[in-house]
Amino acid sequence: MHEKEENSNPYLPEHARIVRKYNLSSDVRFFQIRYVDMDRALTMKYLPGQFMMFSVPGVGEAPFSISSTPSRPGLLEFCIREVGDVTSALFKLKENAIIGIRGPYGDGFPLDDIQGHDLLIIVGGLGAAPLRSLLLYALDNRDDFGKLYLLHGARTPEDMLFREEFLEMMERDDLNCLLAVDEDPTGKWKCHIARVTDLFDHVKDIDIENTYAAVCGPPVMYKFVLEKLVNIGIPKNQILMTLERRMKCGMGKCGHCVVGDIYTCMEGPVFSYWDVLNMKGLI
Amino acid sequence: MRVLWMEKGKLKEFFYSMKAFGELWGPIQKGKTRIYGKAENFSDLKLEPGRTALPIKKLIHPSKFTMFKYDKQEYSTKLENIPRRVILGVSPCDIHGLLKLDEIFLEEEPDPYYEKRRDNTAIIGISYCKPCCDSCICQSMGTDVVDEGYDLFFSDLEDFYLVWVGSSLGDDLVRLNPAVFHDDIDRTKLEKFVECKKERDKLFACSIDMDVLPDIMELSYDSPIWDELGDKCLECGACTMVCPSCNCYNVIDEVYLSEGKGKRFRYWDCCIFKEYSLVAGDHNFRENRGERLRLWYGHKLNSFGPYGRPACVGCGRCVDACPVDINVLTVARALLESK
Repeated sequence: MHEKEENSNPYLPEHARIVRKYNLSSDVRFFQIRYVDMDRALTMKYLPGQFMMFSVPGVGEAPFSISSTPSRPGLLEFCIREVGDVTSALFKLKENAIIGIRGPYGDGFPLDDIQGHDLLIIVGGLGAAPLRSLLLYALDNRDDFGKLYLLHGARTPEDMLFREEFLEMMERDDLNCLLAVDEDPTGKWKCHIARVTDLFDHVKDIDIENTYAAVCGPPVMYKFVLEKLVNIGIPKNQILMTLERRMKCGMGKCGHCVVGDIYTCMEGPVFSYWDVLNMKGLI
Repeated sequence: MRVLWMEKGKLKEFFYSMKAFGELWGPIQKGKTRIYGKAENFSDLKLEPGRTALPIKKLIHPSKFTMFKYDKQEYSTKLENIPRRVILGVSPCDIHGLLKLDEIFLEEEPDPYYEKRRDNTAIIGISYCKPCCDSCICQSMGTDVVDEGYDLFFSDLEDFYLVWVGSSLGDDLVRLNPAVFHDDIDRTKLEKFVECKKERDKLFACSIDMDVLPDIMELSYDSPIWDELGDKCLECGACTMVCPSCNCYNVIDEVYLSEGKGKRFRYWDCCIFKEYSLVAGDHNFRENRGERLRLWYGHKLNSFGPYGRPACVGCGRCVDACPVDINVLTVARALLESK
């Protein structure tokens, strides 16, 4: 983590500039931001799965997963759905606007454990926000991983976040990119029209015992995907997911993200399926 | 640990000597209520068994304060000036409460607001030969005695005080008036201490069987008790406000009328409130009041990760605060007696 000056206040946001923004779907927008302090921008360390607090003075703060990868330093990327006060305020901002950010917070994906294993990345809807970070990281460090799969489900092609980026990835030889939509009102969708769980039929030649799965999506998706992963034999402590909670501090103090007797911002937001079975109330 | 003794009549003199360190605070009477407040005179202090309405946390983790101000994107970085204070007469359970809050606010990334108030406050504990009240459960929780978290600790042994020096600052306080302290603790004084403790141990009116309760709680996750309690609870939040180990707070921004200016402030929050776990998009991770009570009592009587043990310090305040008689005693009883 960034070495802060002595006696600095960890609640004070640091300035960042919106470099670029565009819509990923009707209500989700991509934000590319950079610390105003260039040294900070280039030296900031983080892990896929970590999150940051965005601050809009007068409105408040909210946590967002980082969508970019630490293997491409300088810019931080986020995809944000307009759903509350802070996100509405963020949606009103234009390029070059200054926002406050602090972080990164939480434990990210355990990259040291995942390395050397096959990896299935299973995305539903806004779950693309944290998992794109892991996917890009794995692609940038391709030799460190075994077989790599992306299973991405969305309601319609229009709802699929990073659609163009993932469609291009289908050309790659080092990634099995499986994209599915529930329905296709456009009639132009060339990939699967199926549920994300149906995509497992196309997952071949992985070493099940030595496979990690990373899952993120809407609550309804977890039940079916987790059942599938357990059925095909992936060990429960190798099934990882990142969870959402209300957060006000990010540093294990305000209490809001509590589940059972732990804080999501400190012990998570990445949890294994074993954690979920062990700690009631996680999903 | 350095232990001294003091004649009963000398505390007044020592109290005023501590003015050299900072403001003098302690348990005082305000109307019918005892509170931790500023004590202008030694005679204002209520140095006898009894409990303040709110725990000492209100002075270190205040119920509401401004974190910083902002002017457009510029944030004020200077922390509010906190005067140095001595608080004389803090109960062992309240000191245990502080030790728990220390785990949250001083470990990992220290909270500068808490840290500054903690650093600028001298804690002088006190215990008596009787429990503080009829609803004290500190004996069951192992919080009736305390060996850290204070600067000085006075054991009131009727004719004299034993004074435990708990920190370097405590030693500095002694040095403000060394003449009132003695270090020759003889056999009689030691015996008086042991006798007093043994007598007090017999006087506790309430207890909870903590040998079995944490496991019972674990096994009662799906018990109908939680819904029954949820139906009764008024969601007033009094239990969390009076609880010495409740750390939760909310943060909101307040906008001034002049454009772009405002402040970000913090106030105590409560996990029993419906909005506590509500996220944007109206998804509530603990929709049901019974689930929220189960969370709170789980922390207090089973375990809370950051504390590594049950959070309850046995002060008994929730016993008096809850208007519908839901508290650590009644919940423990309901769980232990349910089949």
